Amino acid sequence: MKPDTGTQAPTGSKSASHGIGGLPAPTVGHASAPAPAETAITVRRFSSWYGSFQALKNLDLDIPAQRVTAFIGPSGCGKSTFLRWINRMNDTIASARAEGMLELHGTDLLSKSLDVVELRRNVGMVFQKPNPFPKSIYDNVAFGPRLHKKYSRAELDQLVEQSLRQASIWNEVKDRLHASALSLSGGQQQRLCIARAIAVGPEVLLMDEPCSALDPKSTLAIEELIEALADRYTIVIVTHNMQQAARVSDQTAFFYEGALVEVGDTEKIFTTPRNKQTEDYVTGRFG
Amino acid sequence: MAAPRSAATRLFQNRAFLWLCLLATNLAVLALAILLVSILWQGWGSLDWDFLKSTASRKPENAGIIVPLWGSVWVCAICGLVALPLGVGTAIYLEEFARRTRFTRFVQTNILNLAGVPSIVYGILGLTAFARMFGAFGTGADTGVEFGDPEGLFYLRLPFGSSVLAGGLTLMLVILPIVIISTQEALRAIPPSLRAGALALGATTWQTVWGMTLPAAIPGIMTGSILAMSRAIGESAPLLVVGSALFILATPNNLMSDFSVLPLQIFNWAQRPQAGFHDLAASAIIVQLVVLLAFNGVAVFIRQRLQKPLQ
Repeated sequence: MKPDTGTQAPTGSKSASHGIGGLPAPTVGHASAPAPAETAITVRRFSSWYGSFQALKNLDLDIPAQRVTAFIGPSGCGKSTFLRWINRMNDTIASARAEGMLELHGTDLLSKSLDVVELRRNVGMVFQKPNPFPKSIYDNVAFGPRLHKKYSRAELDQLVEQSLRQASIWNEVKDRLHASALSLSGGQQQRLCIARAIAVGPEVLLMDEPCSALDPKSTLAIEELIEALADRYTIVIVTHNMQQAARVSDQTAFFYEGALVEVGDTEKIFTTPRNKQTEDYVTGRFG
Repeated sequence: MAAPRSAATRLFQNRAFLWLCLLATNLAVLALAILLVSILWQGWGSLDWDFLKSTASRKPENAGIIVPLWGSVWVCAICGLVALPLGVGTAIYLEEFARRTRFTRFVQTNILNLAGVPSIVYGILGLTAFARMFGAFGTGADTGVEFGDPEGLFYLRLPFGSSVLAGGLTLMLVILPIVIISTQEALRAIPPSLRAGALALGATTWQTVWGMTLPAAIPGIMTGSILAMSRAIGESAPLLVVGSALFILATPNNLMSDFSVLPLQIFNWAQRPQAGFHDLAASAIIVQLVVLLAFNGVAVFIRQRLQKPLQ
């Protein structure tokens, strides 16, 4: 983890002005992104277990910084389990354990002495089902920052607005910041959860099937948002939707029964996969 | 295969069952109505301001309930002030912090069992542990250790004897399992996804509890706790064992005061031979019912009020 622990979200409001309709049409993937990216997360010989059940087998993977990496694969293949190791949410499961190497910029994420609180501030997570707190929209976004630092009212106002703008939901909620977050639609709730995650200023965003509970229109809004956020955040997204992986990601990793079958540029995975299983899966022949 | 059943038969069964259920409901309502009407009929006449502010007397026309009323207030206040923090704290520990170990399962099972223990058993426990303190400070009713002025507000003695403190703590034992269980239920009703959401933002377990789980669970906790308090107001058996007085003339002025409570006063009057005391018992029942309904009303109010912003 970087020694810089400032909780301020990345500044600069270029993408903040992206409304839903204000975005350029999404291109297919980021595969054409220039310059090879620095590696954010390094995974070597990584295995994990729930009790005696081995959920992940000997993974080797590099997750580039400020790119979108998609995990695809059939249900139960371990994608979400792996995601939950990156921010150590698996700590809440008593039987979960892991071996091997999992590092974020050289920091050992499996270390017992790791400050999990600080890790989770730096590695945000968006869940499958939108889970806004039963509080106001404002308090949902302010919840994270308040955990880590005392803010003045004005600072907090600014941070909330900035986070909501970044999550492309500011225009829809600016007139009712103090209304209950539960009054929002499912798609708006999910964007609120993304705003909540980026309000603590993370470097990495983990998204666990963020669109699986949403309708197509809300899904499009989230995908456009992911595009916009990729400039600044390292994004790892688990998805069951192959078209979604193809649309939003730069790199795709295909998991099957706990093993990483193939990983590579999204374009290659979807057009010229090296592995027969990958090909069968991405063309919809199984899974 | 069974023979096909005619529509007429099934409709008849449907109607018969409906009538059966209606009958059961109405019987219960009728019994309650008869009880209320007869109590009001008997007790309304002697219920006046003087009745509320008079002490006990050998003459029914002079007797009042100020002493047991204040006794109930003191005992229930002590009971609530001790039971709520202990109960809510235990529930938070068991639900939010503790891992599922053999020890926590053991504690959990015991709490469930304790909730089913007859309250008079707690009376015996209260008598031994609080009123007599296992005889550690001398035997019988004599005072072992004293602090402060017996007439002042801050007077304490060991053992507690038959005091409001001993009574309140005994009632605390009675309602503690109820408070713990209802708080646990309220905490369990909070979706795990909300806890995960808070933890994923870098909240510690304590911050998750204080900032997210507890506020969301407050309506449920308050409702359960107030219902437990209304149980405490109605208890008489354990207090009788601890040594609540049946006839005293002074309201409590510190934690070591002798006391009586409303249910015991009702019991005392109801068993007197004179008809005048029976009317007083009915009046005292009205007072007790009003206090109970007020408590339950507060519980309903809090639930409605706090749940609204969440919808």
